[in-house]
Amino acid sequence: MSGAEKIHVRVTEKTPLNALVTRFRFEPVDGGLLPTFSGGAHTVVEMKDGDITRLNPYSLMSDPYDQDAYTISVRRDDEGRGGSLFLHNQVDVGDELTISYPVNLFSLDLRAKKHLMIAGGIGITPFLSQIKQLDRAHGNWELHYACRSEALGSYVDYLTTTHPNDVNVYYDDQDQVIDLENLLDGQPLGTHIYVCGPKGMIDWVRGKAADLGWPREAVHYEEFLAPQPGKPFEVKLAISNKVVQVGEQESLLEAIERAGVDAPYLCRGGACGMCETRVIDYAGNFIHRDHWLEDDEHASGEKIMPCVSRFEGKTLVLDR
Amino acid sequence: MSKFEFPASIKSRPVYGTLEARPGKHHLMIADAEGAEAIMDIATPDLMAKTHIIFISRGTDYGDKLRALNPAIFYEGPSYAASVPRIQRVLQDAHMGLQVYLTGTEGLMGQAMREAVDAGIPHTAIQTEHRGSVARRMQCVHCKGITEDVETDPFVCAHCGLNLFVRDHYSRRLAAYQGVCIDAEDPGNVPEPKGIYE
Repeated sequence: MSGAEKIHVRVTEKTPLNALVTRFRFEPVDGGLLPTFSGGAHTVVEMKDGDITRLNPYSLMSDPYDQDAYTISVRRDDEGRGGSLFLHNQVDVGDELTISYPVNLFSLDLRAKKHLMIAGGIGITPFLSQIKQLDRAHGNWELHYACRSEALGSYVDYLTTTHPNDVNVYYDDQDQVIDLENLLDGQPLGTHIYVCGPKGMIDWVRGKAADLGWPREAVHYEEFLAPQPGKPFEVKLAISNKVVQVGEQESLLEAIERAGVDAPYLCRGGACGMCETRVIDYAGNFIHRDHWLEDDEHASGEKIMPCVSRFEGKTLVLDR
Repeated sequence: MSKFEFPASIKSRPVYGTLEARPGKHHLMIADAEGAEAIMDIATPDLMAKTHIIFISRGTDYGDKLRALNPAIFYEGPSYAASVPRIQRVLQDAHMGLQVYLTGTEGLMGQAMREAVDAGIPHTAIQTEHRGSVARRMQCVHCKGITEDVETDPFVCAHCGLNLFVRDHYSRRLAAYQGVCIDAEDPGNVPEPKGIYE
């Protein structure tokens, strides 16, 4: 079975935070202890929505050492494929779900002398667990958190109350913007940057850091890509000898799984590289959306990341 | 001839590159002896205006040539050991974006690299270029003593007197190669020493 090991949990709390974000608390069905994790880890939540099984990654925001429960915060995406809507509308306290063991693609570099965190919107969630981890180790950190408005600023009150000197909040609707150049310029040697938020923010921070001579190794980022809907297409799986139709609302990986083929995956968000698949033959155009492959690999037509990328054209044959 | 083509070796052996000017507001260049030539190869007035050079001449006369490049700060020290407090102080006060360039002998680059890494710079972000002597800084695995500027293989440990085989096995933490007793099983049976790359 692909992916990380599974855990059966029960939803024990469902707490709306604001108009868009709801927090879920999961406790193990068997009453045992959950594995500890490291700050920045995520879990993949399995959602059975009629005929469709969705597997969406969400950052764990609880204390990494709290083995009684995990919590995640889910932002409702009305334009998305329905994973967040399913959690918001269909899942209630008492329901049982299957989630994966924690997987961390956004861990703290503990060699850093200072951790500079930059969050945009719901990108705050991995930092909540990282901050709990660092507080326990008396780590040196500061957070710069941009959100749309006070009403939509998830966990702003909690953060500014518990860490008044380390948390800086910026509201878009009050024209408050992170003064990035001055923030990065003058940070002590050994500072690492962590950025989680929309793609534009990640690109902005990485670009500015590179301009100022920051080493690439000191800039960490995480952006989960949700698979985007697209035109249906047909894929032939050479090893399994199956032909699968990929629907408008499902990802290539989901279609492969629906056909009963056990394909490797981990993050399901175009970041980890686990689902990398060799292309045997194709006639048409790839719609690459992952962060994993290099540009020349995207152009080569030899590889695809089926968790987020799609295809438009006549023939696609995969080595799967 | 200050450049040397190192033969292929095991993964543990450091690989050096060629210095290039990188973007950044502050630049720290640490060099010994012929390493000065690598600095002169990339020096421009703009770059030098933002550069602190720490130079150990080891008997060469490159000091005046480097001073003539007009760097923002120039220090020439009598030995690497004498320059360590300055290197540590510069790194302690430095900010992210500082570019570090190390050039000259392996012993100098290795030890300065260790200071820069301890200060929080990822080792992959530190530039190096080998110039000059190919002598090695060796650690005796038996007594742990360091022998500097080892040119032959085998050699005699300056601390415990054992005959040591020069390995390519390198430690970033010690900034030294490993020297292992070559005649442990047959004392006195020591091959004739020859140059490390001969």
